[in-house]
Amino acid sequence: MKPPRFHYCAPHMLDEALVLLDQNSEDTKVLAGGQSFVPLLNMRLAAPTYIVDINHIAELHYIEQEDGYLAIGATVRQRQVERSTLVQEKHPLLIEVIKHIGHMQIRNRGTVVGSIAHADPAAELPALLTCLKGEVLVQSVHGERVIKAEEFFTGYLSTALEAGEMLTEVRFPLIAPQAGWAFMEFARRSGDYALVGAAAVLTPTADESCMSAHIAYLGIAGIPVRGQTVEDAVTGTTLDEPALNGAAEAASMLVSDDMGDVHATVEYRRVLTGELTKRVLKAAWERRGH
Amino acid sequence: MQEQEEAPVFIEECDIAVTVNGRHYEQRVPVRLLLSDFLRHELHHTGTHVGCEHGVCGCCTVLLNGEAVRSCLMFAVQADGMVVTTIEGMAGTNSDLHPIQQAFQEKHGLQCGFCTPGIIMTVHAMLHENSNPSDEEIRHELSGNICRCTGYQNIVEAVKLAAERLRVQQMEVQ
Repeated sequence: MKPPRFHYCAPHMLDEALVLLDQNSEDTKVLAGGQSFVPLLNMRLAAPTYIVDINHIAELHYIEQEDGYLAIGATVRQRQVERSTLVQEKHPLLIEVIKHIGHMQIRNRGTVVGSIAHADPAAELPALLTCLKGEVLVQSVHGERVIKAEEFFTGYLSTALEAGEMLTEVRFPLIAPQAGWAFMEFARRSGDYALVGAAAVLTPTADESCMSAHIAYLGIAGIPVRGQTVEDAVTGTTLDEPALNGAAEAASMLVSDDMGDVHATVEYRRVLTGELTKRVLKAAWERRGH
Repeated sequence: MQEQEEAPVFIEECDIAVTVNGRHYEQRVPVRLLLSDFLRHELHHTGTHVGCEHGVCGCCTVLLNGEAVRSCLMFAVQADGMVVTTIEGMAGTNSDLHPIQQAFQEKHGLQCGFCTPGIIMTVHAMLHENSNPSDEEIRHELSGNICRCTGYQNIVEAVKLAAERLRVQQMEVQ
């Protein structure tokens, strides 16, 4: 349980990091918080020849409110976001979601951007980014590009990042003040990866019906899943019992057939997803503004 | 124009300077050396225990610049220039137990003691942020530390006693 040998560099400038990443792009990994990456190294499931530690890059250390979204740089730790008064004020859902990640000791090191880049389908932040239809900023020596969440997560622990590219910023769209939001997950033990989780944002109309719904899931497929059929089931309704039942039914169908494992069968995950859908939608709807 | 600095290069070993429990150490380490192994094998501070080595059990929890972290999930080279506190740094110089340690002893908050160093460091960080946690908060914050023999009841009792004593201590200081 010791990491394999590797070559290490901890540059202070983003430009330097991108050059290092470009030099041996196929065999270089970026180290940020390391709370998912170092276990992979310890278990020798990953063995890159080169590691670029970005923790000293001060220019990536920012939480900023931009036009319509909150931008978080690649070295910002989850705990810093949790404690940020700006985030508390502008994006309480993000804090609610982060509190569900691992344990306090993990969040003290783990980064928001790193969790997105790692793209674990059972992780909280990829599901939130999918729910909010957020974006990521990717940079390389050749320039930068912005990728939508729905195009970024391509498979289990896989993303649209190409060799030599680095994820430098994640953009979480702000939520309308009248919208209600909620996040829930079910894990067997506190801090474990959840079996299933869901983030929901519901925007009401003036006459108290649901104008638009956003919901996304973790743990039900190889990537975070947006529940478009669930959104359709509640849009235009008042989130009454029949609408919630319809949403739960639609949600349970979203669970991928290959999601059965030692922790839960597919059937159990389906039931769980349906029930969690009802609860998260109810909680979000109760939190809406008037 | 900015002065041209030397471009950073990949290395396999590195000289680091770390303050551990108030003492300054300078040492050359392989870059793949985990902080937990640096503390145990290089500095011979074997109080920091190593259980799972993938961040689940919490045994190796230390304070890094005052924040509780898993020392098995970072490299020693990453602690360069930082301040680390381990279980060895908790007791006073005259070997008096720290109030948290004292409370664990009195409330039987440990049996085999393997998980205890990590728990004590976690509790230290927890009480620093919240001097009067509820039972629920204590249990939640301790969920990242696995104990397989004591059971958590006495641990929670110990934390409550420690919190109470530390609050009294704090009031006396003021």
